[in-house]
Amino acid sequence: MNPVSNHKLKSTPTRKKRRGSFIERTLSTLIRKTERALFAEELARKEGFLQKLDPRVKIIGLLALILDATLARNFFTIIFIFAIAVLLAIVSHVPLRTLAVRTWLSVLTFTGTIALPVIFITPGDALFRLPLLGWTITAQGVTSALYLLLRVETTVTLSLLLVLCTLWTHVLKGLRVLGVPVVFVVILGMTYRYIFVMLETARNMFEARQSRLIGSLDARESRRIAAASIGVLLTKSFYLNTEVFMAMQSRGFRGEVYTLDDFMMRGRDWLALAAFLLLALAGFWFGRQDSLQSFVNLHF
Amino acid sequence: MHIPDGYLSPVTCAVLYAAAAPFWAIALRRVKRLLNTKLVPLLSLFAAFSFVIMMFNIPLPGGTTGHAVGVGIATIVLGPWGSMLAISVALLIQALFFGDGGITAFGANCFNMAIVGSLVANAVYRTIGRGAAITSTRRVVAASLAGYAAINAAAFCASIEFGIQPLLFHDASGAPLYAPYPLSIAVPAMMIGHLTFAGLAELITAGGVVAYLQRSDSSLLKLTAPDAPDENSIEKSGWRVTRPLWIGLAALMILTPLGLLAAGTAWGEWSAEDFNDPAGREQIANASRNQSPPDAPPEGLVRLSSVWTAPIPDYAPPFMNSAEFGYIMSAMFGTGLIIAVFLLGGWIAGLINRGSKNAPPETGNN
Repeated sequence: MNPVSNHKLKSTPTRKKRRGSFIERTLSTLIRKTERALFAEELARKEGFLQKLDPRVKIIGLLALILDATLARNFFTIIFIFAIAVLLAIVSHVPLRTLAVRTWLSVLTFTGTIALPVIFITPGDALFRLPLLGWTITAQGVTSALYLLLRVETTVTLSLLLVLCTLWTHVLKGLRVLGVPVVFVVILGMTYRYIFVMLETARNMFEARQSRLIGSLDARESRRIAAASIGVLLTKSFYLNTEVFMAMQSRGFRGEVYTLDDFMMRGRDWLALAAFLLLALAGFWFGRQDSLQSFVNLHF
Repeated sequence: MHIPDGYLSPVTCAVLYAAAAPFWAIALRRVKRLLNTKLVPLLSLFAAFSFVIMMFNIPLPGGTTGHAVGVGIATIVLGPWGSMLAISVALLIQALFFGDGGITAFGANCFNMAIVGSLVANAVYRTIGRGAAITSTRRVVAASLAGYAAINAAAFCASIEFGIQPLLFHDASGAPLYAPYPLSIAVPAMMIGHLTFAGLAELITAGGVVAYLQRSDSSLLKLTAPDAPDENSIEKSGWRVTRPLWIGLAALMILTPLGLLAAGTAWGEWSAEDFNDPAGREQIANASRNQSPPDAPPEGLVRLSSVWTAPIPDYAPPFMNSAEFGYIMSAMFGTGLIIAVFLLGGWIAGLINRGSKNAPPETGNN
């Protein structure tokens, strides 16, 4: 995993002339992905609240809150859980700006676009009529759109906290606690490692192609190159598989997997676990109440 | 296609986890038996491969790009069970380490893309590619259609999952709690997008990669088709492979006069004259649970029926006296016309293929 900041594509002169070719676009996707993983790894090594917790507590606690947010049947509970998520982000040194731009805004644009028509088409009590178009906004429609948006914002923030504040090796070990079979955990771990090898290989392939390219590719040729690159990557992954397998065998791998479980629950972890479970129970309890109803019904 | 958390109710998620679990268990057992100790590195490498090709921007017609899941090519190389596991692992890594796709919705995502996708891709690839040589064009067509069908089947499952949410889960005022669109909107919205554009990314990936592997490393294609014949033997036995199909076609042509045995008219295939003719009107009423037809033929039917007059009306050429013989003649003529169109299409495709074979071979390597 090399630092990739010096590979920024923005300075490529062709970029100014036309919308990047599919090679450039793929390259920037690959680089963005690697950068995000590096960012997460950097954050996971910081000394924040979540980072210091035992990964098992973190996984159980955050999953319980995610489940609460999906179960809740009123806005207050979801907003309450969202507030907890923001608080956790602050005490864990997750920059709120990054969270806002990268997560909240992108969810707002994507899910918001999906949710927008709902406010008009859901049958129910009319709230407002658009002056020119004559479309009616219904209370049920607004409620439904808000449910979707709030829920997605909250759960995405919580799962991102897990991603950003836990070293991936710790997530893997934590998964064992949730009863994931050890062979899966090992496969996950190896996959994660080789993802970066493959990302690097793919980047090299596309950079090599891009550096030999003059002018623009036509659509047919682009598709041929895309398919051929995937084919090459496939062949390479098979070669790599043979090599990795031989390396594993030469080190005595016989199909059984052993992991070192060296987590220690300390006082702080028990406290945090209790707090998480208490919050989750409270969220579950209040989330079940239909009586709190929606903002819309209270306000209109 | 990666469903995030919050779109599906926890109950739906739980049901889909439960639906996916037996497939995972069977897949793990089958793949383990085949690979033994090789299982861990092979699945890891292939999951990493699947993960990375999900990032590729595949150029689509019209200058846009789209992303493929890779379930088509994974199924073709690894078989359905291996592909199921590899794609599931790739999806889990996306959800857990990169925050793409929900954690509670992970079961749903796996069910749609990894499980349904792999099974559909396998069925299509096997059916169309059956008996074809490893390097035949039919395998490329089979792979393309397998990828396309797989991703559309996955999208269809996802749209059903979305569509049942407002039916099952809403608050006291009737406002949907999760994905808000009913089936009547969710299914067409998802399917139009996937049938036209998103499906093409998978089609191009699966077909293109198989075509590439045929040129460069056909041993990878042999893994799931070990008994595929060689190019030469298939050429000699072309008749033998398709003989049952030709015999079936001939039998169907001879049997066409059976259509004369059917009483009345085919429901909904009425002509404008049937509405004016008392006997015709009675038949329409009989076929429509005694619902009497409108007094006059529908205006549009009258207007459009004069646009095109068929050369062989009602399958009986006017100069022919025997209805049975007229049926058989019509069947032979129609079938011959269809075969001619396909032969012409094949000839044109062959010409285009020959043109592209002259182009320098593509390696995509550095």
